[in-house]
Amino acid sequence: MVFCAILWEEWIVFKRQFKQITASALISPLMYMLAFGWGLGNNITVNGLPYIYFIVPGIIALTTMNTSYSAVAVLLNIHRLYDKTFEQYLIAPIPIYFLTLGKITAGMLRGMYSGTIILLIAWIFGVHIHLTPMFILIMALNGLTFASLGFFAAMVVNSHAEMNRFSTFAITPMTFICGTFFSLDNLPYAVKIFIDILPLTQVSTALRTIASGGVVNPRNVIVLFMYFVALFLLSIRSCYKVNA
Amino acid sequence: MIKVNEVSKSFSGKKAVDHLSFSIIEGEIFGMLGPNGAGKTTIFRMMTTLLKPDEGQIQINGKSINRNINGIKQCIGMVSQHFSLQSEMTVEEILELHGMLHNMPGDQRKKRIDELIQFADLWDDRHKLSKTLSGGMKRKLMIIRAIMHSPSILFLDEPTVGLDPVSRRQIWALLNALKRNHITIVLTTHYIEEAEKLCDRILLLDKGEKFLDGCPGDIIEKVGRYTVEYFDGDSERYEFFDDHEAAVAYGNSMKNGFSIRRCNLEDVFLKYINKKVD
Repeated sequence: MVFCAILWEEWIVFKRQFKQITASALISPLMYMLAFGWGLGNNITVNGLPYIYFIVPGIIALTTMNTSYSAVAVLLNIHRLYDKTFEQYLIAPIPIYFLTLGKITAGMLRGMYSGTIILLIAWIFGVHIHLTPMFILIMALNGLTFASLGFFAAMVVNSHAEMNRFSTFAITPMTFICGTFFSLDNLPYAVKIFIDILPLTQVSTALRTIASGGVVNPRNVIVLFMYFVALFLLSIRSCYKVNA
Repeated sequence: MIKVNEVSKSFSGKKAVDHLSFSIIEGEIFGMLGPNGAGKTTIFRMMTTLLKPDEGQIQINGKSINRNINGIKQCIGMVSQHFSLQSEMTVEEILELHGMLHNMPGDQRKKRIDELIQFADLWDDRHKLSKTLSGGMKRKLMIIRAIMHSPSILFLDEPTVGLDPVSRRQIWALLNALKRNHITIVLTTHYIEEAEKLCDRILLLDKGEKFLDGCPGDIIEKVGRYTVEYFDGDSERYEFFDDHEAAVAYGNSMKNGFSIRRCNLEDVFLKYINKKVD
């Protein structure tokens, strides 16, 4: 019941703000597709594929990441510090892990929604990538991981300005360096090692492999899952300790 | 019913609540009164599990409160000082969500929502988004949300702050109606009139410490029955008397004029801590 209540609240807000949520989820990824995919990358091939086929899985990875993270981090931080509606959850007889899981699942669903729209737009414009249940599963795991990071940030960061800084340092670099827009093959070894352990790298690598008809390296899924578990546990701990 | 024992809380090394102890009896309206910075909201938030005390213990029905103890949370309702309502949800939806979070079955939720919306006179506004409600309506909605799951204790932090006099009286009427339903009410306020009119017992706080507690009438009697207010050339001064004649005689000895009125809780603060509450 409690889990449903959290998702129901998110659904009500989603219905009321459907247009705004959809439009804001689309702007950046569409610009990336237009500028890097169809504009700059029109005559480029990467790993034997037209660049647009290379970039679409990357854009889906970063869109799912950004939306899941923001949907939880920004909103929850506002609910905790500004309109104080998060108090309602803290004083309700809900196990903290349920509350955390509910909010993170809601963030993941928002991320999935944005990622699905990108898939549809790409499809409409003739970019027909290979889709499997594993593709959807990795999108969902990506959403859960970054929604967990968002939840943790919303609990530990104590002002909106700091929240922006946290996003600038934690999310923005990953958007560009995790193999979303370019192949990591030509990077210096030390840099590649570092980038290779980041969560978004696992996602963009795995999604791209599936999109081109390949088989996912289990390492990608395991590392991503470990990130999710670690961040989820940190989120629960931060929620126990948070002063509303 | 509620026991606060030697509770302390500091923020950045500064004591907000300092070894505070008091108890609250079932069915009463208990007020915590004090000027800004007295520690009212801090103790309120500790009693509602939103803050963890640094020292001491708070017990409700014999059990120490803790964020993880859901049995205690089920028997408390809370109205915070801020208008903490989901702006994109309607009056009915906000109550529905609260009922779901407290595991109320669907049919019970619906019945209770109808009952509470009528009780708070919000029937015509039940489909309005909370962001479109007036301050008084928002506060009423917060109160009925807090009692949606039929708690035995209702905590209110400055329930009428920022409201116009008409809305304030409506909230008082609502709280008195809840008291008749045997709900224990704990409120913080810095409005003297509110504390005097509503509370059976009050706790007077300053700088995180208790300096008096008891029934409003008894506390006021400790100061006197009449207050003489006069201006001594620099500032307003107050003297307190048990009988009217002595007060008049004292007033007449003043050069700059004076006024006499019945003592109130404000005078208690003036006498004991030399400070006004508002």
